[in-house]
Order: sequence, then structure tokens, then C-alpha cells
Amino acid sequence: MSLDRETIVRIAKLARIDVEDSEIDGLASELNNILDWVETLNSISTEGVEPMVGVGVSKAPLRMDNTNDGDIAEAVLANAPDPAPPYFTVPKVIE
Amino acid sequence: MSKSELLQLDIATAGKGLRDGDFTAIELTEAYLDAVEASRELNIFITETPDRAMADAVAADKSIKAGTSSKMTGMPIGMKDLFCTQGIKTTAASNILGEFIPPYESTISARLKAAGTILLGKTNLDEFAMGSSNTTSAFGAAINPWELTEDKKPLTPGGSSGGSAAAVAAGAAIAATGTDTGGSIRQPAAFCGIVGMKPTYGRCSRWGVVAFASSLDQAGPFARTVRDAAIMLETMAGHDPKDSTSAAQATPNFEALIDGGVKGMRVGIPKEYRVEDMPEEIDSIWRRGIEMVTAAGAEVVEVSLPMTMSALPTYYIVAPAEASANLARYDGVRYGARVEGDDLNGMYSATRGQGFGKEVRRRIMIGTYVLSAGYYDAYYKKAQRVRTLISQDFDNAFHSVDALLTPTTPGAAFPIGEKEDDPISMYLNDVFTVPASLAGLPAISVPVGSNENGLPLGLQIIGRPFDEGSVFRLGQALEDAAQFDKRPRLTLEGFK
Repeated sequence: MSLDRETIVRIAKLARIDVEDSEIDGLASELNNILDWVETLNSISTEGVEPMVGVGVSKAPLRMDNTNDGDIAEAVLANAPDPAPPYFTVPKVIE
Repeated sequence: MSKSELLQLDIATAGKGLRDGDFTAIELTEAYLDAVEASRELNIFITETPDRAMADAVAADKSIKAGTSSKMTGMPIGMKDLFCTQGIKTTAASNILGEFIPPYESTISARLKAAGTILLGKTNLDEFAMGSSNTTSAFGAAINPWELTEDKKPLTPGGSSGGSAAAVAAGAAIAATGTDTGGSIRQPAAFCGIVGMKPTYGRCSRWGVVAFASSLDQAGPFARTVRDAAIMLETMAGHDPKDSTSAAQATPNFEALIDGGVKGMRVGIPKEYRVEDMPEEIDSIWRRGIEMVTAAGAEVVEVSLPMTMSALPTYYIVAPAEASANLARYDGVRYGARVEGDDLNGMYSATRGQGFGKEVRRRIMIGTYVLSAGYYDAYYKKAQRVRTLISQDFDNAFHSVDALLTPTTPGAAFPIGEKEDDPISMYLNDVFTVPASLAGLPAISVPVGSNENGLPLGLQIIGRPFDEGSVFRLGQALEDAAQFDKRPRLTLEGFK
């Protein structure tokens, strides 16, 4: 499996990370090296083996669906870039 | 007591001195604030908090006088800058968090605060804890206080918790917090000649810890002695309803579990850790460790963990996948540094493109790829299945042994700037620590000796889930036998 320039651009777009044109070849070679290396796992038979999603997570804990905070708009907005209280702001999305 | 005498005390002895009235928390804190200032060339702290430290010290003295103090009261500590601290800038060593000031306190830092510890500052780390050398920090690498190499290049303290490890080794903090995803407590502890403990996954709450890979991240202490690590972990650990992966387990008195010796314990030596072209210095320190626990009365047996060499590639699928999901939150909308773009997606991409450093971008892109349509089963699912096999290896081994003894790292601390050209050679630092991370097991690194250049080398003990007691007990046996008393050249007043 080898990632070409087009794939790198697609991954960068999916990840929402701007990548300069001059960086693409370097990234392709680094990512290909890493992928070649992790593909050594293909030699291991995992037929019938359950995937492990985490440690001790077989049963998710439940709690009552109660509000236990709120009314802290000021704190929530305190670190927002360019807020318009009580709102966050984003670039215009509807023409 | 003089400042330099104060700085030589560990948690156990300083606690006694405070309670006996030999000195005050204010005096101890002033000594450490001097040490923090004197160690600035090591770039240990991203943010120093001297005013907070003095306020904490006043409160600690009051609590000691009132007889309401704990074993950690009055202890000046460093806090890895991955733990959110209310009202104190928290950076994760990334530019993308900008001037982020958390409006809340992480559970771990809150527990340490409630126990009366004194916050000296927020310590340097690899950006979002992704790295093994502290060089991916947006604030520059922390520097290892140990002897310089012949070419005088500064050495890495390891990563990702490099600042915390360097602080404790240099005597600029009595102890410090770290987080360990694939080795980020144990490897820096080994590189800096101190003790570092990663408890069982679920032992310490992840609430308020900037997330990297949620199924692996676990907090733990750095300390000068095994006993100190046990004392500090006891304060950090405990069930937290705010973290759904936090284990509903009572926290034992870890300090009491240290004593009792290792007579009759069965210690496994995993033969697969004896890797090809293993450096002689590592092989030899491992052999010495085996002799030490044998002499202390433990029975040493060879065990097999056949999947060992698959752990690192598995980790480099699982961890980046989780990171790509966790780091999706940095979008320039709710917090952090925003970079404007032509439209919403343009703003996201510019913010993330400029805000994340090289290694973080690399891992997000790997993670995005292995989770993308058409590749999910081939990479991510496959890695999760291999993770099951790795975990089963440990289960099988623990049928016949109580704990495992291995090297912590494949070498001693290396000069800053080395291994930077090839990500995989950097990743190989964690070859001995990652398997226990994937299985969620408790593991400690204890300094056991040094190499021919005088640099410290550590050994790792891995235990059964929630059996930190056996890990600490064997760690204490190594510490007692090794009598590792070499200290870094750049040691400040303390810790001599």
C-alpha cells in the first residue's frame, strides 16, 4: 500500500489540516514508512479474535439523566476566539 | 534547616519534619522556588506559579497546625501541563491552545490540591504528549539535568513527561505528575534516574486531562523513591464519576503494601524482550536486576509473551486513531488560537494547519487514514484484534507469575536532536513500555544503575491489573539492592 499525492491531499482535507504543496512529498514518504511498518501486523492471524476497544469497558456505567451544571455561559465563553456573548462565532456558513 | 538541606528531603522525611515542626511548608516552598529559578536553563516549566505556591504553603502550614494534614501536605510539586488547572494557563505544549485558561480543575490536580500539595508550576512536555524526547513541545525541549555527553550536546529527559522528570531529577520539585500513554512516565523516569509509576488503566481519573488516546492515557507520579511514588499515587487515585472509564475500586494504602518483602513472589522474565541487537548495557542491567530480586527471595522464571514485537505497530494504529478523534475538538471556535480562512472549512484547516506541530499533524493524518472508509477494517480493526492477543499474552503469563521484570528503555538518554529524522526510530524508544500500556497494566520504572557514560538506566516491573502493591514491593526490592545514589551533574541545591 503506497499513498500518493492525491491521497495525502484527501487525508489532509478529511483531517481539516492545511498542508502546503511543498510538504506533500515529505509527508507521503513519512506516512508510507509508518504504514509499511504497521502492516507487519498482517502476518498475524486474528481470525475469530474479538477487537479490544479498551481496558475494563465491557459495561458502560449508567447515571440518572439529570442536569448537574449549567448557567455558566461566561465561563464557557471565556476562552472563545472572538465571541459574541452569549454566542460563539464562526465564519458565515449560509450565503 | 538550611535551604539545601530542605531540598534533600524526600516526601516521607519532609512530611515527618513538617509534622514535627522542624520547619514550615513556607520554608520548604521558598527553598523550592529558589531551585525552580536556578534551574531555568533546563526549560522545565512552561508556567511557573510562585504566588500560588506561597498561598498553598500558607494553607498547608495552617492545616499542619490544625492537625488536618495528609502525607502530601506541604509537598512542592510540578504539574505536567496537560492537567487543566483552574485559572492557570494550560498549554499541552501546543500553539493551538493559545492562551487557554481552564475554567475548571482536573480531578487529579484537585485531589492533590485538596491533599495540601504546593503547586510550583506547569511542566514542559511533548505537544499533546506525543513524543519520546520532549522535542515536539511548542515551547522548546526540556533538558535532562544529567551529565552531558562528550560532545557537550544537551540530553533529552525523555518524553512526553520530560519536564516533570527533569524537575524531580534536578531537585526543582519534590515530586511531579505525569501521564503515560505508551511510556511517557516510565521512559523519562528511566532517562532521568528517578522513579515513575503508571498505575492500572482506570486507577486515576482522566477528567480534565487534555486527551491524547483515551483508551491508553493514564496519570501517575514521578518521585525520588518508590515509597514517595506510592504515597503520591494514593492521593491521585480513586473512582471519579466524571470519568466513565475510572474504575470503581477502593484505593489501597499503597505505602503499607511496599513493606513485606518479595520472598516467595514469582517474577517472570519475558524472553521476547531480549530483542535482537540489544545493547550490552541494557542486557547487563537487566541481568543485575534479576540477581537483585532473586537475592531478595523472589523466584525468577522465564515466560513467553509471543506478541511483544507486534505491540509497537499496534500502538501506532490505535493511538493515532484515537488522537485524530480527540483532537478534532481543536477547531478555532470554542477555545484556542483561531486562524481566519475563506469559509468555515478554510478557518478549520488554517487553524489546525498552523496550530498543530509536525508530529501532531503526522499522527492526526495517520489516524484519519486508518479510520477512513475502506481502511478501517484493514488497519484499525486489525490492530484492535492484535491488541486482544497482546492482552491475552499477559493474562497467560500471570497464570504462573506475579509480576514481570524487563528493561524500561532500549538505551540511555540520547542527545536532543537525535532520532528526529526518522519517526520510527523515535517510536522504538517505547518498545518495552507500550505492551503494558495496551493491556492497561500497572508498571513502574526504577533506577537500577548507570552505563559507562554515567547515565542512569531503569528497569520496569509490570503487574496484574490493580495489583500495584506487588509492583511497588518489587520496585522497593530493586531500590534497596541497587542503592542508586548517583546524581545529575546539573543537580541544584537539592537531591544530592
